[in-house]
Order: sequence, then C-alpha cells, then structure tokens
Amino acid sequence: MITKVVMPKLSDAMETGKVIQWLKKEGDAVKGGDIIAEIETDKANVEIEAFGGGVLRKIVVGPGGQVPVGDLIAIIAEPSDDVSGVVAASPSRGEAPSVAARANEKPSTAAPARSLPPMETYQSVPATTKVVPMAEAPSPALVATASGRVKASPLARKIAAQSGIDLRVISGSGPAGRIVRRDVEGALSAPRPAPAVSPAPTPSPGPARPAVFVIPSRADAEFEDMALTPMRAAIARRMPLSKAPVPHFYVTSELAMDRAMELRTELNGLDGQPKISVNDLVIKACAFALLKNPGVNASLVAAAGGAGDQPPQAIRVHRRAHIGLAVALEQGLITPVLRDCDVKPLGRIAVEARDLAERARAGKLRAQEMSGATFTISNLGMFDVEEFSAIINPPEGAILAVGSVVEKPVVDNGQIRVGRRMKVTVSCDHRVMDGAMGARFLQDVKRLLEEPLRLLL
Amino acid sequence: MAVKVDVAVVGSGPGGYVAAIRCAQLGLTVAAVEDDRPGGVCLNWGCIPTKALLRNAEVVGLFQRAEEFGIAVGEWRADYAQAIQRSRRVADRMAKGVEFLFRKNKIALHAGTGVLTGPRTVEVRGKDGAQAIEANAIILATGSEPKSLPGVTIDERQIISSNGAVKSEDKPGSLIVIGAGAVGMEFADVFAAYGTQVTVLEALPGVLPVEDDEVSAQLARLFTRRGIGVRTGVRVNAVSPGGDQVKVEVEVEGKAETLAADQVLMAVGRAARVKGVGLEALGVAVDKGFVTVSPTMETSVTGIYAVGDMTGRQLLAHKAMAEGVVAAEAIAGRGPRPVDYGNVPSCTYCRPQVASIGVSERGARVGGREIAVGRFPFTANGKAVALGETEGFLKVVADKSTGEILGVHIVGPEATEMIHEFAVGRTLEATLEEIIHTIHAHPTLSEAALEATLAALGQAIHI
Repeated sequence: MITKVVMPKLSDAMETGKVIQWLKKEGDAVKGGDIIAEIETDKANVEIEAFGGGVLRKIVVGPGGQVPVGDLIAIIAEPSDDVSGVVAASPSRGEAPSVAARANEKPSTAAPARSLPPMETYQSVPATTKVVPMAEAPSPALVATASGRVKASPLARKIAAQSGIDLRVISGSGPAGRIVRRDVEGALSAPRPAPAVSPAPTPSPGPARPAVFVIPSRADAEFEDMALTPMRAAIARRMPLSKAPVPHFYVTSELAMDRAMELRTELNGLDGQPKISVNDLVIKACAFALLKNPGVNASLVAAAGGAGDQPPQAIRVHRRAHIGLAVALEQGLITPVLRDCDVKPLGRIAVEARDLAERARAGKLRAQEMSGATFTISNLGMFDVEEFSAIINPPEGAILAVGSVVEKPVVDNGQIRVGRRMKVTVSCDHRVMDGAMGARFLQDVKRLLEEPLRLLL
Repeated sequence: MAVKVDVAVVGSGPGGYVAAIRCAQLGLTVAAVEDDRPGGVCLNWGCIPTKALLRNAEVVGLFQRAEEFGIAVGEWRADYAQAIQRSRRVADRMAKGVEFLFRKNKIALHAGTGVLTGPRTVEVRGKDGAQAIEANAIILATGSEPKSLPGVTIDERQIISSNGAVKSEDKPGSLIVIGAGAVGMEFADVFAAYGTQVTVLEALPGVLPVEDDEVSAQLARLFTRRGIGVRTGVRVNAVSPGGDQVKVEVEVEGKAETLAADQVLMAVGRAARVKGVGLEALGVAVDKGFVTVSPTMETSVTGIYAVGDMTGRQLLAHKAMAEGVVAAEAIAGRGPRPVDYGNVPSCTYCRPQVASIGVSERGARVGGREIAVGRFPFTANGKAVALGETEGFLKVVADKSTGEILGVHIVGPEATEMIHEFAVGRTLEATLEEIIHTIHAHPTLSEAALEATLAALGQAIHI
C-alpha cells in the first residue's frame, strides 16, 4: 500500500502550509499515530501524525518548504513498493484538488510503465497544536525559538502562565536552550525598554532662570522595524479580504443589563456552580437569537467544487450555533470556537468558554477548536469600551461587538434612576442579509438579556 | 626535571579524582598528587567504611529482631573487630578502584604532599625527595579533617575522631558523642548496635541540625527508643581525659553537670585543609577557613582551581565530585554549568536513614511565602510494612501557587535512595503535578513520594 501524505487543511482559512521539520527521515519505519512532521500554518504550529504504516519512503517537501493545501509532501509505502511514479502523478503545485476530485483520482493518471500498487491519499491529522504565532524575527531584547517548539521546564511554564508572559519571546538558558525558571523570572524583572537617559546635569547655582530642558543624547535608534509574526501577517492579509469585498453594515443597540447582572450575581452565589461572566450570558443569548434568526447565522459560499474566485452561488444557513470567541493575545488575537452553544446550558458554556480562552492564551488549542464558527463575538468590555464595531471573519455572515456594562442615568416611567446598560453592535454581511434581519437579531438578543431567565430555559 | 602536564590535581578524594578523570576524558594530561591513599577521606576513612559498619549494625539489628520474623537464631555473637575488618576490606577495594581508574585514564599518581610553589608549579614532597610538576592549571582538592572543641586534643585513644573510630577494633563500653551531625549520629548508631552505651550531645536544639525540624524530632525520638541517650541544647565546657573514664563537663539550661564515659567521639565538624598547601605565598584568597572560589571553581589566582571540602559550603563527597567536573570542564574550555548548591542532597545513613534536598519547611516559610506541605508516614506504605521498616515519613514542601518543589525531607527506610526522584525533579524544574502524573510502582517505598506529593495537593489516596 502506498500512502500519499498531503499538506493538511488545518483551518477554514488555511491556504498554504509550511513544513517546519520532519520528525522522521526517509527510510524510517512509521506506524499509524506516529508524529511525522511539524507544519506551520498562519495560526499555529501543528504536529501531524501518520495514518497508515510502512516506511517513510520519500519526503517531497523539505523543511521550510511552503505548499498549498492538498499538495503531496511525502510518501509512505512498504519497502517493496515502487513509488517512483507517485511524485509524477501527484497534482501540480498550487492546485488544491477538491475532496471529490481526490476521491476519484486514479493512480494511473500518469500512466507509468508498471501499474502502481493500491494507493491512498490522506490528510495527516494534527496531533496537538503547539503555540500560536511564532515570533520569527528575533527582536533585540527577546529572542524567540527558531524551531517553533518551545522547550521549557514545567515550572517555567507555570510561572509564565501565572504572570502572563509569553514563553515564545524568552530565550532559554537551560540545556539546549530550554527555558527554565530563571529565564522567565529574568524576563519578568527586566526593565521595560526605556530611552537611555544620561544623568541630569547638575544645576548651576545662580539666579532663577527659565529652566533649560536638555534633551539627553539618545544613542538608540529612533524607530525599529519589527518583523511580522505569522499571526500578525495572517491578520494583515485576511482583514482586507473581509473588509474590502464584504459590504459591512452595522446595527447598534443599547441593552438594559440590570436584570442580567442581578441574575448573574444570584447564579454566582450558588454553591458549587461555575462562575458565569457577562460574556457567557451574551453567548447564550446570541445562540438562541441565531437559531431564531437563521439568516444571520449564515455564510456566503462558493458552489461545491468551485474555486474561491468564482461568483457566490449559495447562502449556507447554519442549523447550529458554533460561536467564535475573540481572545486577545499579546501579538494578535485568535478565535477559538465554542460549539453547539444553542444546546449547551449556561453553566457548560461558562466552563468551556473559560477553558478555551485559557488554552488560547497558553497556545494549547487543538486545530479543530480554531475553525468552524458560524458567528463570532468580540467583547472589549473589560477595556472600558462603550461601543465599537468589528470586522466580520469570513465566511461567517456576522459578528457581534460587545462593550462594557456601564452605570448611567436612565429614564424610567418619567423618573431618572441609575441603570446598567451595555451597547452591542452587530456587523453584518450585506450580501447575505439585510438591515432588518440584523435588527431583528439584535432585538432578540436584547430581549433575552433583558429578560435573562429565558437564558436558563 | 620537572614533570610537565596540562593539569595537576592536588588530592585524590572525590573532588580530586573526579576532576582528574574528567580532565583526562577531555584530552588533558593529568598528574595527581596524594599524601595518603587514593580516594581520600571518603573512600578510606569516611563515607565508604562507615557505610560498611552501618550495614553491620543493620544486620545486628535484624538478628535482634529475628523472632519478629519467626526465626529462632539460637546463640549468636556480633564481633566488633570483625565489623571493622570488613569495613577495611570494603575501603581497600574502593581505593583500588580509584587506582584502576587512574591507570585506565593514564593519570600519573605522585605520592607525597603537594605544595604550590608558583602559580603553575606544584612540588610533591614525598619519601624520596621532591618532584616539581609544571602545569597549565592546578586543581586543589586537599579536603578537610576533623575539628575539635577549643582546648580539647584528640588523642585517638580516649578522645577519638571519626579517623580513629573507623580504625579501632576495640569498642568502648560507654561513649559520649559530641555533635549530633551526620557523623555523630552514624557512629552512635554503629556503637549502640554493638552494645555500647551511647550518649549524643548536641549544642543546638535538635539532632541533625541542618535537617527539617520534624525529621530531627522524629530521629531523636527513635534513637531514644533504642536506648541511645540524646541530649540537645547542651553546652560542653570541658573534656578531661585521664583515668578510666573521660569526664565531660556540660551545661544544660544554665545547670552544670558532669558526664563520664570510656571514650568521647568528637564529631563537631570538619575544618578545611588549607595550611601547608602554599596558598598564602601565592595570595590564594581564604575566607573563614575555606578557599574562595568562582562559580567555575577558580580561586582568586587565575589558573588555580579548588574543589571539595576545602571550598566550604556543604562538606559532602557528592558536592566535591560535582565541583571536580565543573573545574575540569572550565579548564578544558567547556563552559560548564556551575554547581547548583541549592540542589545538593543531604544524606545520613543511620537507622532509619535521613535524606533531604532543598529547604526545610521552616526555611520555606521565611518571607511569608505560601507553601503547601504533604506528609506520608511509612506506616501506611505497603512495602515498608512488609519489610517491617515502618518508622519515619516523607514530607514534601512546595510553593502553593506554582507547585515548585522547594524541599523534600525523608526519615525512613532507604531514604537516601529515594531522595533522587526529587533531585531529578528539581533539576528539571518539575512541579508537584509532574510527580503525581508519574506512575510509581507498587509496592515500593517510593510510593511514599507520590503520596506525600498528593497530600501536598490534598489528594492523598492511602491516608
């Protein structure tokens, strides 16, 4: 059996992947489940494992090689198999065969002189995602690891996680560059880079004169060009692909959050129950509202089998509420996906959302947790933001931007009282939906959060 | 004619011989200088022969407990002289091992006292005159010798040191051990096993003062139960030999008292051998009796290195060996990792054994650090119960927020073997979680390590 290893598609957005390193060399025996290579996508470094067994006969794409999804990167076969025809028979670079096409692929396409043994193509499955972006260019102060795999002691990992420091920007002083405690502590105590200020000149005695402000001579460069991290590069590439072709429209609504906050306090007073955040309530409200307004829970898709630049041919209406949660990282952001929010109870949502966010920050998301969202929530409430609008993350049709809950005077039956309010803005893809649909969706979100017991039903 | 080598090593104890071998491994030519037998105090008069004696004491202890195992042994006799003879055979064999290793690594052994006569020269003063060795680097490893109390002379007859104790085939009817450190406690164990009436005196509040308070208290309790007198907080004012017995005048809580015994074993510590090495003339810095060294073991004089007891800190053979490697690699330009003095295991081989690494519970609390402490008694460990060795416990002290293993303290069977799990763990910066996710074979004494770690997290299963 000859097994073709192709560049796997590890996220919706992934178009190409780069081989970081092969963990097996040509001639090595491999069996199903062996980690054979590390692949870098725009979001993460992912280890891929072998499906079938045999011998890694040929590495087609070496370390550093970047190829489109679906391209042949290696061949696993029995030692007796003739694999010489496989490379020739593989699709040319740049052409990502559709699933259907691949299934129909005949081994005899290239008509080699001898008939080839049975052949199978597979996408290697990601084992675990390692860290998210790799700071590729060493910055003057902090050097990132080149290989992508962060070697760090358990204690160093814990201290880094607790203090919110990114291990990828620390250089290790342990054996073979392993990051140990002193490296993390050193990074934590390192002074913030500040302009080197020479000692202030001693003031000369004499009559008071207008103070002369001497700008100390500064030897450091006036600016610094930082290389884009793969994540920053991905964001830079993908955002215009949304904002330019996707006609956004925005609908904003102000929600009375008094009852939701009271409910939250009451829920969090319950013994042994997970702590519920405002965002968890928003997630649940959106999940219900999305199912009620399926037009918002929709994507524009190319026709099956068509390439990306062909005119759109369908609106895919999702019957599940898989909600992406934008999580801010030091060097960008990532949106892990909380699946099936429509059927998960609030407590479950709270637990899973926290876990996803924590793992996102620790760079420990699995590949499948980073794709498949039908809608996204971006909450900047913790930054004291009253309102903002977000850019849609294609192919999703809409995204909700959530501001802070603020106390403000509200008029209630002709009386002014202090109320708690929150503003939310939904950005919608006008190709998929219209203003009224977005407004109806927001109305439902509003009703759910203003009568929050509905979230518990 | 001067002998020319890359490295001259003065002293062939654990610091010296390891440094010499490591130098040779790294392709350097080495001359070693030794004024006694290769192997130093450790192999000849310290660690190794005393472990042989303690094994004898353990066997005697098992004979005493034979009935507990349903074994009737009839009449039996433990001959102390033969125990000493056995320990000599063991020491001889180990010392021969060092000679073999020197031959294997082509290290020339020069018999005599090594004295620095220049920053690159060592003069070997032996029976057959002097021999100069010129070297590009010198490693000093002259070790240490037993200390006494001010005004008390060790005659090795009535007032003995460990040096005398490991040689003498006679055992006293009664013995006062001054100093309850590792040496004092180990000899107390040996002599008590052979029927000597032993009293241990310690000036500090607990036995094994460097160990954790709980360990110290437990060991004192167990010694007392075996009939060994343990008196702490005792100040020794005078030791007067002469007559049948040595008189020891002590002061306990302000009250004077006179004790007497056939012999006194002076175990109040060891002093570095820094005299007569030629340090003064070359200006090699010495502080509080120990040679000052850099993290790569270099003294204040470039090219002269010092390792082992003479550099102070912990006076332990394994610390000396680690320093020997560092010095050798520094000389060979390998840029070694300095010795981590905070991660040196401390071991005492009395019954039950005591071993520790890192800081004590009290030490960990300094500065208001929040800690988690887990203990597990060997009474709840299946293997210990099966062995009939249930005295003692294993205690893990960790940082509460990170789970960093700050210290581990064991008193119990094979404590000195078990400590290395935590030594490795600490070297790798493992936290409590890595220990609890490590499957420990059942039944083993080491399960106590797992359980105490679990206990620190409030998750102990077997207690």
